[in-house]
Amino acid sequence: MSTATMTSAPAARSGSVRSATGPLGGLVASTRAELLRLRKWPAVWVLATVWLLLNLTFAYLFNYIAYATGSSGFSNEGVPPDALLPDLLPAAIPSVLTGGMPMFGGAIMFILGALAAGSGFGWGTWKTVLTQRPRRLPAFGGTLAAVGVAVVGVVAATLVLDVATSTLIAVVEGQSIVWPALGPLAESAAGALLIFGMWAAAGVLVGVLTRSPALAVGLGLVWSLVVENLLRGVGNLLSGIEYVTDVLPGTAAGSLAGALGAGGAGDPDGAPGVLTVLDGGPAALLVAAYLVVFAAVAALLMRHRDVV
Amino acid sequence: MTNTIVVTDRLTKRYGDRLAVSDVSLTVRSGEVYGFLGPNGAGKTTTLRMLLGLVRPTSGTATILGHAPGETGATSRIGALVEGPGFYPYLSGRDNLRVMARYQGVSDRAADEALARVDLADRGGDAFKSYSLGMKQRLGVASALLGEPDLLVLDEPTNGLDPAGMADMRKLVVDLAKQGQTVLLSSHLLAEVQEICDRVGVIAHGRLLAESTVAELRGASTLLVRAHPVDLALSVSMRVAGDDAVQLIDDGVRLELPEERAPELARALVEAGADIHEIRPSERSLEDVFFEMTADHSDHSDPEENR
Repeated sequence: MSTATMTSAPAARSGSVRSATGPLGGLVASTRAELLRLRKWPAVWVLATVWLLLNLTFAYLFNYIAYATGSSGFSNEGVPPDALLPDLLPAAIPSVLTGGMPMFGGAIMFILGALAAGSGFGWGTWKTVLTQRPRRLPAFGGTLAAVGVAVVGVVAATLVLDVATSTLIAVVEGQSIVWPALGPLAESAAGALLIFGMWAAAGVLVGVLTRSPALAVGLGLVWSLVVENLLRGVGNLLSGIEYVTDVLPGTAAGSLAGALGAGGAGDPDGAPGVLTVLDGGPAALLVAAYLVVFAAVAALLMRHRDVV
Repeated sequence: MTNTIVVTDRLTKRYGDRLAVSDVSLTVRSGEVYGFLGPNGAGKTTTLRMLLGLVRPTSGTATILGHAPGETGATSRIGALVEGPGFYPYLSGRDNLRVMARYQGVSDRAADEALARVDLADRGGDAFKSYSLGMKQRLGVASALLGEPDLLVLDEPTNGLDPAGMADMRKLVVDLAKQGQTVLLSSHLLAEVQEICDRVGVIAHGRLLAESTVAELRGASTLLVRAHPVDLALSVSMRVAGDDAVQLIDDGVRLELPEERAPELARALVEAGADIHEIRPSERSLEDVFFEMTADHSDHSDPEENR
């Protein structure tokens, strides 16, 4: 093996050569590192693509086909076809954007978070990362921040896709293009960020707890797709349980989407996972609280646990 | 702190009932290659993990370059390869190094240099998962070299390598050591440690049994005598070297006697009427020392198997 590239003498190799940059520097360095490896991870692109296709299909494609063919729309049985068109136009984006997010989109973001945090235990990459320069909290903060950037990217892509699709439909159907007001659009985008952020943080937490992406993904899907729905079903039958089911993460996310109008005007509970249990304000606060708690608990676990 | 890189004081790790590491106090000095020697499951990796801040000691302390394990002052100046290389399988070798370079806060160029340093430059674009074990191990060393650390911690770096790979790895460590790099190297291979280490710490069943230079551990050179009759050779040897310095072994007598006194011994044997078949200097191998040392501790379990 060549020695040519090894240049500096041991005497010059003191730690003072690289000045200490503190936790913030460590966080920035870790975020850059995580962004690089998430960006080059095919799984991340697969998840984002699957979500965008789901969104396109359920928010626009099925309803447009129903409208164009005059048949009953997806989850809109009994709604006359003509009533479907307004939801497919640009003006409806603020209410349509979060429609698929509480349940399906959330599950995909959960998978993203669980893979991003949980895989490192099996691969031994957490071990490698934690022996680099940054301390544990900044190092783990890098993963949280990078997942956050991914979530922002996915929400932005969803928005772009919705704008493009609804504009196309408006043009094809000869409708005048009315853009949504900026206020409701911003509100809706913020709600989308909260919902996706919460589920991604939940994925990160369960990934750290189980130290296994497979177990984390399985548990997360069972929870978000099955357990919460069952509990809410039981809550309708047994009084008392609804005090718990009303504040579950899925209920909060669903209520936030519902408050943003994701359920559609005629049938607020129409889209799967979209609820009207909580009002918009409390739901947003609860989702934000879950996001912070999930991330904080995951960080504390990473900080204190032995990495073997 | 100028001369010692690592100091541990009664470092202990307990997992439930099992004492993985018990009261290990060792010192690694600047510029040396320190061999951490012990059978599998002896507690080497656990000790190294504690030094790196991956595992919290149950009791005792460790100081690396004046810092506690896991502090930036320590981690930024250590490069480590612990219990196999851990990298992102879907990334190329070069991208894996670039990710670690970003964590470490060094340039992409440093990653390329490290890649070249371990002869992986031409395979740097291939996915990590397609690498052979030897290449993965070398990438691990490259990652450890990022940022030109003051201390290089290599945990069984030749594990799983073929003979050529092992020779390459040893040569790399020797080259690094020649440039003044401090290396803490764990191994269960005595020959490896004997070849490349300045000082060694011997660990078995979680306890540090000895810590000294290889030469000290092997002890003074001895003379091996084969002569007939053996009784006579033994008594003459004891007269020349002293009662305590003589040991009867399978095919003769071993004396703790410097080589220069061999002629004197030969004369005495001849004068006493013994037939000399052989007198030669013999050095104990580290292996002999090691098995002597671990013999007392091996009654619980076989040190060669474990884990």
